[in-house]
Amino acid sequence: MEFKQTRQGYVDGLKELAKDHDNLVVLDADVAKATKTYEFEDEYPDRFFNCGVQEQNMLSVAAGLALEGYIPFASTFGVFATCRAGDQMRNSIAYPKLNVKIGATHCGISTGGDGASHQANEDIAIARVFPNMTVLVPGDYEEAKQATIAAAKHNGPVYLRFGRDAYPVVEEVHTDFTIGKAKLLREGTDITIITTGIMVSEGLQAADTLSQAGYSVRVLHLPTIKPLDVEAVIAAAKETKGIITAEEHSIIGGLGEAVAGVVGEHHPCPIIRVGVQDVFGESGQADELLDLYGLRAKNIVEAARRIL
Amino acid sequence: MIDEEKIIELKKKAVEIRREIVTMVHRANSGHVGGSLGATDILVALYYHVMNHRPDQPDWENRDRFVLSKGHCTPVIYAVLADCGYFPKEDLKMFRRPGSHLQGHPHQPKTPGIEANTGTLGLGISTGLGMALGAKLRGQSHYYYIMCGDGEIQEGQAWEAAMFANKYKLDNVIGFVDRNYLQTDGNSEDIMPLDPLAPKWESFGWKVFTIDGHDYQQIIQTVEDAKQETQPVMIIANTTKGKGVSFMENEVSWHGTPPDKEAYENALKELTDGI
Repeated sequence: MEFKQTRQGYVDGLKELAKDHDNLVVLDADVAKATKTYEFEDEYPDRFFNCGVQEQNMLSVAAGLALEGYIPFASTFGVFATCRAGDQMRNSIAYPKLNVKIGATHCGISTGGDGASHQANEDIAIARVFPNMTVLVPGDYEEAKQATIAAAKHNGPVYLRFGRDAYPVVEEVHTDFTIGKAKLLREGTDITIITTGIMVSEGLQAADTLSQAGYSVRVLHLPTIKPLDVEAVIAAAKETKGIITAEEHSIIGGLGEAVAGVVGEHHPCPIIRVGVQDVFGESGQADELLDLYGLRAKNIVEAARRIL
Repeated sequence: MIDEEKIIELKKKAVEIRREIVTMVHRANSGHVGGSLGATDILVALYYHVMNHRPDQPDWENRDRFVLSKGHCTPVIYAVLADCGYFPKEDLKMFRRPGSHLQGHPHQPKTPGIEANTGTLGLGISTGLGMALGAKLRGQSHYYYIMCGDGEIQEGQAWEAAMFANKYKLDNVIGFVDRNYLQTDGNSEDIMPLDPLAPKWESFGWKVFTIDGHDYQQIIQTVEDAKQETQPVMIIANTTKGKGVSFMENEVSWHGTPPDKEAYENALKELTDGI
């Protein structure tokens, strides 16, 4: 299995876009080596602005650039974009619906060794609660690149969520990326597994295990958390016996609650949310932490068996 | 020197704007009257003499931009924009009312002439700098006027912005600190001291001028001087909160309290007598 970083997909997408989008500019807040935007700076130094350790200023500056017709991609770690600069994201960007893209890397528990202060497990919840904000959570390198390109072509604020580690490349998600559209990866009638971000590979492994046990498993991958593909979610609720959501994020406010909200209003069915429980993480290797916090295929399988 | 007739004209305009401010806030029974009255002379100088703008073409590319970073003072900017013709004066009656484009704090997509969303303090200066950077990238030569409150620059973001402007040599930025020494809870030097303010900005790489923010000669001449500088400029404008209405002047209680009928009528009477 091939492993690649989603943050690499981000910067590769930016470099591709820059060729024919003269008004695309990239900002970073002194983490360019980590977000990978230094690669953009190397190729387009005149269109790169390192704001220093100033996430709040960076997001409002990005708003100003958008007001002047630029497409700014403001890049930093997910925790800093949403928690440190949450107000700037809300009032400078989301409220006036400006064409700012927030490229957030190092999201999720797999950020690892830096520990809880740097592991964004709340960022989807924060980003999606702001009106006008589109929230994209790609599952692998290629999808990250596609999401970045789609974000640039979308007129309005977009929060893009990437990880730190190298994650499995999942060929099945390399279909056309359309904001707001779920990807139906497996058809099935017994249960639906809904994944977002890097949990797509774990979801597919879980589906394989369950299929081998004789169950018919649907797998939906949602690289867009907002706007949610409501139709695909309702269909899953109607056509299967229950839903397991899988996300590398707190079970509060993320994919699981977004799905539960839609299902509860339209077609109630059993839902189990696999994700980080209501706890802060701790330092460790990405693999160790995914095990420790129950973000593995086997955890999805266990959840499914509780419904089946 | 600016000719005396022009200055008399600006002073008369300022009285009209101040009347509109107290009327708006009284009618809405909500809004910030003190800071708006204090900032009036600077906005009048900018919009009626200094700035290059076209009210009938709010999006004209080469216009000078004004960002009201102290976003709570919408009464003054709305009164000025309406008077300039950006939108009908009639709209002022809907200030802070449901369905109105005149929100309590500036909302750029809704209001012609409003350049940026502000309201949380500290946002406007950064946004203004981002806009100014954009103009630099395009090689444009218009100016960005950004007005901050003095209490506002207690926000850390203001100093992040101060560093940023210096790094990118944004000499197309002319900022104002509306220095009235009063903020919501009292005197700025009691709440969170800012003095010595000029050396603070200077140490961040800005050229600083200190002026009387009610003296039209000084406001206009200082802006002309600022345009000769090759670094971002901050004009510390000493002002009187509540200026023009004797019982509101230097009274912190008029920061965010609307005038009742009696106070409103007394204010209008004073402002009429002032013409």
